[in-house]
Amino acid sequence: MSYHRFDAVIVGAGGAGLMAAIQMAGKANIAVVSKLYPPRSHTGAAQGGISAALGNTEEDHWQWHMFDTVKGGDYLVDQDAADVLSREAIDAVLELEHMGLPFNRTPEGRIDQRRFGGHTRNFGEGPVRRACYAADRTGHMIIQTLYQQGIKHNVNFLDEHHLLDVLFTDDGRCCGVVTLEMKTGEIHTIHAKAIMIATGGFGRVYKITSNALAGTGDGIAIPFRRGVPLMDMEFYQFHPTGLYKLGILLSEAARGEGGILRNGDGEAFASRYAPTLGDLAPRDMVSRFIHQEVREGRGIDGKDYVHLDLSHLSPELIDEKLPDVTGFARTYLGVEPKTDPVPIQPTAHYAMGGLPTDVEGRVIRDAKNTVIPGFYSAGEAACVSVHGANRLGTNSLVDLVVFGRRAGKHMLSFIESAELPPLPSDPELVARAQVNDLLTRPNGERAATLRQAMQEVMMDKVSVVRDATSLNEAKAVIDGVRRAYHHVAIDDHGKTFNTDLTEALELGCMIDCAEAIIEGALLRQESRGAHYREDFQARDDVNWLAHSLVYRTSGGLELGKKPVTITIFEPKERKY
Amino acid sequence: MDVTLRIKRYNPDEDVKPVFKEYVVAVEPTDRVLDALNEIKWQQDGTLTYRRSCAHGICGSDAMRINGRNRLACKILMQELGKKITIEPLLGYKVIKDLVVDMDAFFAAYKSIKPYLIADDAPSSGERLQSPVDRERFDDTTKCILCAACTTACPITWTNEHFVGPAAIVNAHRFIFDSRDQGAGERLRILNTQSGVWRCRTVFNCTEACPRDIEVTKAIEEVKRALLYEQV
Ligand SMILES: Cc1cc2nc3c(=O)[nH]c(=O)nc-3n(C[C@H](O)[C@H](O)[C@H](O)COP(=O)(O)OP(=O)(O)OC[C@H]3O[C@@H](n4cnc5c(N)ncnc54)[C@H](O)[C@@H]3O)c2cc1C
Ligand code: FES
Repeated sequence: MSYHRFDAVIVGAGGAGLMAAIQMAGKANIAVVSKLYPPRSHTGAAQGGISAALGNTEEDHWQWHMFDTVKGGDYLVDQDAADVLSREAIDAVLELEHMGLPFNRTPEGRIDQRRFGGHTRNFGEGPVRRACYAADRTGHMIIQTLYQQGIKHNVNFLDEHHLLDVLFTDDGRCCGVVTLEMKTGEIHTIHAKAIMIATGGFGRVYKITSNALAGTGDGIAIPFRRGVPLMDMEFYQFHPTGLYKLGILLSEAARGEGGILRNGDGEAFASRYAPTLGDLAPRDMVSRFIHQEVREGRGIDGKDYVHLDLSHLSPELIDEKLPDVTGFARTYLGVEPKTDPVPIQPTAHYAMGGLPTDVEGRVIRDAKNTVIPGFYSAGEAACVSVHGANRLGTNSLVDLVVFGRRAGKHMLSFIESAELPPLPSDPELVARAQVNDLLTRPNGERAATLRQAMQEVMMDKVSVVRDATSLNEAKAVIDGVRRAYHHVAIDDHGKTFNTDLTEALELGCMIDCAEAIIEGALLRQESRGAHYREDFQARDDVNWLAHSLVYRTSGGLELGKKPVTITIFEPKERKY
Repeated sequence: MDVTLRIKRYNPDEDVKPVFKEYVVAVEPTDRVLDALNEIKWQQDGTLTYRRSCAHGICGSDAMRINGRNRLACKILMQELGKKITIEPLLGYKVIKDLVVDMDAFFAAYKSIKPYLIADDAPSSGERLQSPVDRERFDDTTKCILCAACTTACPITWTNEHFVGPAAIVNAHRFIFDSRDQGAGERLRILNTQSGVWRCRTVFNCTEACPRDIEVTKAIEEVKRALLYEQV
């Protein structure tokens, strides 16, 4: 056993984890644990932009941003959190610039801004330029800049350590984590006063996704097994424009810059559904428009995809503002977007749900907002909830920097007064058993087979639209996958860099996520944001203007509701 | 179509030295090499070890030698490679296992050039101003994903473990030519030493290897010129 003690440990080195680390660096003894080298985190894949009402190119106000966030989230957003998000976004983006982030610039030298889906002027009148960007590699520049700041401030990075367990005391305080060091295969116990989960999303639960192979929900599944609830898991966003069959994302920025979706008849169909915003309606809606077009036989050649047409944009604009995403179409589909339409389909993209937190990033354990002392979360792993039932484009990157920063600051004040809690008597018990089990089982099911079965059923039955029948079918399949997982066997029984082992562990985490998604989706008998039930097509504010909570107990999954915080924007019908 | 992948395997727990192993996989011409590696790992031999994450050329995890050239496995398609493909770990760094090399030296070199904005003039409100022309000046080198393809393609790196290597110089360039940065002098001093930029013999391997199409050699030349003429 290898034992380490820190004031605080952050699991995850994406935008959220690094932003928190930078707040504490030099002021406390902290460590950042990550299964990937920090710049490999999926924040680096973010393309289009990060929103803040800077008003650099046209009038804008944080209240407009807040309104769009609330409406975009179909009123399931906690408005106290949306208030913080839109207000602090301005300062957070400026802080990124001060750290050196190379944003694109206006002719006056200010940060340039562009349009993005669902972001409007004057409470819904028309699109507004709010997304700050660095070409179409905004996330790349964020992860690079934050990693650079981490280096500058001598942050202690434990790279290529895979989280195995999160530890709690008997009276429910978080007291540490257990990790597997990839290079040596050694198990480490990291004992700390405060622990933060910033492990990102779990798009790999689905077959077609824009998420990295590392996006497997480890950081939320592990505390879930230890009794921490997950919130709003049924809200999983499908982004309308993934490369056909591959799921690689073509940023909404492509439509923000003027790209048009066209069906098999060549028709620009989006404005038929959303007269004001058209192609720039929020993602949940545009994905459903595509689903509808395909279902009514207007996909390309009657197939399950449509076209994203950029051919009318100037080649210079494409090269300057959309170089990467058009490069993806060229590399992976052999399509030249300057002249030909790009085949696209909705792709699993973003988890609105996750570990429930308050606006300080503290994880809560129930509907009464009871804080779990010493346990924090931010970023895609967390649900604060600023995205409600559907996140607006560019609002995740804002979420990372705003709430990553808040969590970091709060942890810093927490560790000043908190005592170091005791560790359980054998902190590595569960982790060691799990690892040894996999390392010693001679034969059994292949993880890949089970993973594929899970991904396919989630894609078919629990994606853009669902109903009780499809959800129950998916549940039956996932139950089978869960049973088979108890007998999963791996080929690699060695210690050094055993990715066969970690992939099997990741599958276990994804099964937890899939179960929570299905359970939440079955419970919620209404349609709201990204959760569309064909058997309950209307939004039901009387019964369902509430977050869902799902708990894993010894008797199975249990469900609960938590009230939504509404401050100034009363729920209205959502039209664009 | 069926292709044969010849993969250089090494497991320190079992092998004294690396051995090539062959795998036959059915692939589509448009599959990525990474898809073929996954197919082997998931269906044939789970012990095959490599790093990967984003699967679309943006995270920098899976640089490796593919038919003798440094490539990202996720950014090169089978149709570009023929039916027999040789895959080896990057050259110049210690192999941890199979295609996974020890990146410590790579990141140490990166850190040595102070890869962060050095400036103490942040305005109390608003952003620092920078003209689009000034922003464009270092655009190319901001694209680096730290995959190490360039550094491990460089023959100087293979023979001189102290050379900082192209990737570190690219990242120094990104700051030296950023109008907001005040640390050019410090970085140029670091690059003017024994292990610095003068080791470069303009072989162009780095430029050829870069999966992000950064003009690496050009960036290195610009840094050399800045040193010669102090024109930053
Ligand atoms: C292709 C794409 C484009 C996007 N574009 C935009 C955009 O333009 N604007 C926007 O606002 N949002 C965008 N998003 C969404 C946004 O990028 C993500 O939601 C966000 O970056 C997540 O950041 P994070 O810090 O929460 O996690 P990540 O950046 O995903 O980082 C997770 C970290 O956790 C670590 N980790 C995970 N599991 C473990 C484990 N078991 N043990 C140890 N460490 C672990 C990883 O190593 C990594 O460091 C995009 C997403 C995608 C996929
Ligand atoms: S897997 Fe990310 S660059 Fe290839």
